Amino acid sequence: MLSVREICKHLSPFAIKDVSFEVSEDQYFVLLGRTGVGKSVLLETIAGLIRPDAGRIFLDGKDITNEKMQKRKIALVFQNSTLFPHMTVYDNIAYPLRCRNGKTKIRQRVDELAEDFAVSHLLAAKTQTLSGGESQRVSLARAVASEPRCLLLDEPLSSLDTKSRSQMRALLRKIHGRGRMQIVHVTHDYTEAVSLATHVAVMEDGTITQAGSVEHIFQHPKSDFVARFVGIKNFFKGSLQEPSDQGTNTRCFTSGSLRFSVLTESSGGPGFVCVRSEDVTISNTANPTSARNNFEGTIVDVVPAGVGVEVIVDIGVEIAAMVTSESVKSLELGCGKKVWVSFKASAVKYVEE
Amino acid sequence: MQDTKYKIRNSRYEPLSLVFAALGGLVLLFIVAPLASMFVSCSVPELAETAKDNAVQSSIWLTLWTSMAATMLFAVAAIPFSYILARKDFPLKGLVTAIIDLPIVIPHSAAGIALLGIVSKNGILGEAASKMGFSFVGTPAGIMAAMAFVSIPYLINSARDGFLAVPVRLEKAALNLGASPLRVFLTVSAPLAWRSILSGSILMWARGMSEFGAVLIIAYHPMITPVLIYEHFGAFGLKHARPAAVLFIGVCLVFLAALRLLAGGKNNAQR
Repeated sequence: MLSVREICKHLSPFAIKDVSFEVSEDQYFVLLGRTGVGKSVLLETIAGLIRPDAGRIFLDGKDITNEKMQKRKIALVFQNSTLFPHMTVYDNIAYPLRCRNGKTKIRQRVDELAEDFAVSHLLAAKTQTLSGGESQRVSLARAVASEPRCLLLDEPLSSLDTKSRSQMRALLRKIHGRGRMQIVHVTHDYTEAVSLATHVAVMEDGTITQAGSVEHIFQHPKSDFVARFVGIKNFFKGSLQEPSDQGTNTRCFTSGSLRFSVLTESSGGPGFVCVRSEDVTISNTANPTSARNNFEGTIVDVVPAGVGVEVIVDIGVEIAAMVTSESVKSLELGCGKKVWVSFKASAVKYVEE
Repeated sequence: MQDTKYKIRNSRYEPLSLVFAALGGLVLLFIVAPLASMFVSCSVPELAETAKDNAVQSSIWLTLWTSMAATMLFAVAAIPFSYILARKDFPLKGLVTAIIDLPIVIPHSAAGIALLGIVSKNGILGEAASKMGFSFVGTPAGIMAAMAFVSIPYLINSARDGFLAVPVRLEKAALNLGASPLRVFLTVSAPLAWRSILSGSILMWARGMSEFGAVLIIAYHPMITPVLIYEHFGAFGLKHARPAAVLFIGVCLVFLAALRLLAGGKNNAQR
């Protein structure tokens, strides 16, 4: 269990104040926030690269606030590669192993890790020749080689192309699945939170404004900022149909009893779909439109929300639609009324699991 | 017609470049001409005879090994020191940096006299040395001290620049992976700064080898080659001093080229 309590650090231009959170054994914790809110500073503080002005950090009940960083058992994977350029991939992965006393079985352990992280074929390569994805996998293998209790990841997917990204996501999920270490993953991209996290904390102006399970944060954003930042109230877990050979990219996504049309080029499989509430329209009758997703449902709530009005419709699951107050009047929307909700297949964002 | 409009002018023939090149040529000539005239004024038999001279041979050998040993001995302390200079901020750092550069700006005869003050029998170092049973004045130890005094700034400055170019992030990553600070220094910082350390060492060695003034004051004997050349010149005149000078320059160039080749052969790890 990693426990961060009321950490403060003023480090121009970043300042973090009173940041507290806990990550337990089985959690994949995603810290979500815009670039420049101090997420990296927070990670470096936890890892011991930066000393906090105030606050304490506990790992498995032990106060490690003043522990030397090489003794913390917290591995940090930096946003930019920190692979040692004068060493081969093999030597990089072996580095933390050689730092520990027992020098036996290094070769064997490196081979295991290399296989695990799909870099076996690169062991003899110089690190400068690696692609972004390869280099990130080697970094991860090296971090795991140090056998940390806690793995901190700073934007691990941001510099990767789509293919490496999904490969990396699968790897991260695998590491988490083994349950040997807690993971804290920092990102500005909500789709990473959706696809990986069990728990999410949203960071804003150097503090955590909301923390909780993914569903909780996304469906019940506490502040305007969180709502605007994560922006997605409608997200549904399910599975995407495999691509058909008819050459169309419109595919079916099944979530419980509901079937959505999704415009995507991803391969099929389990995942999530997200629809922004701004993209959902409401009408009183089933008009034929170009929208591929049309559902009949009952309004369960009408909530004024900042600039517009949020209408929650039960179509089997609750779906939120952001409409203008004029529409609410002219369509006479109110609780209990039967309406049709529709959104285009292209408004549905698929995030693979 | 349209094409010529976009044609980039060949900068090699720009008037300004031509002027600069001409100025460069003059400087080059200024360096090469005296050396070349000295080389051509020595006949091969003359050189061969000088090379056989025992005094010349032993002086060249003495110069080579003392300068090399001085570099190696002082590198042990200078390299960690330059790491501190590159990584840490401390009070009076500017003053410390200025002190390091002092030997470059003070006249070397003055440096020799200053050094003599502490290495002579009555000086602090000299006294300590005589207790341990050796002396600086008129010995290879004194030669090494004089050489190191005037040449150490080159190593420290170059090594410091090398360490500065090593990303701190890599050192942090190594610490984070469980390495001790000493291990980080030995396995990450020093290997990555290796080229600068090596070229600084070569510079220090070359500078020490060519030292004359400071060595002359502390140890006229045993005679290093620069002193020997001076003595030949004083006692027998220009003609007699030339072959020894040519021979010494030749040996230095060979060693310098070999070391440069060695250093250049290894790719800069930072790239």
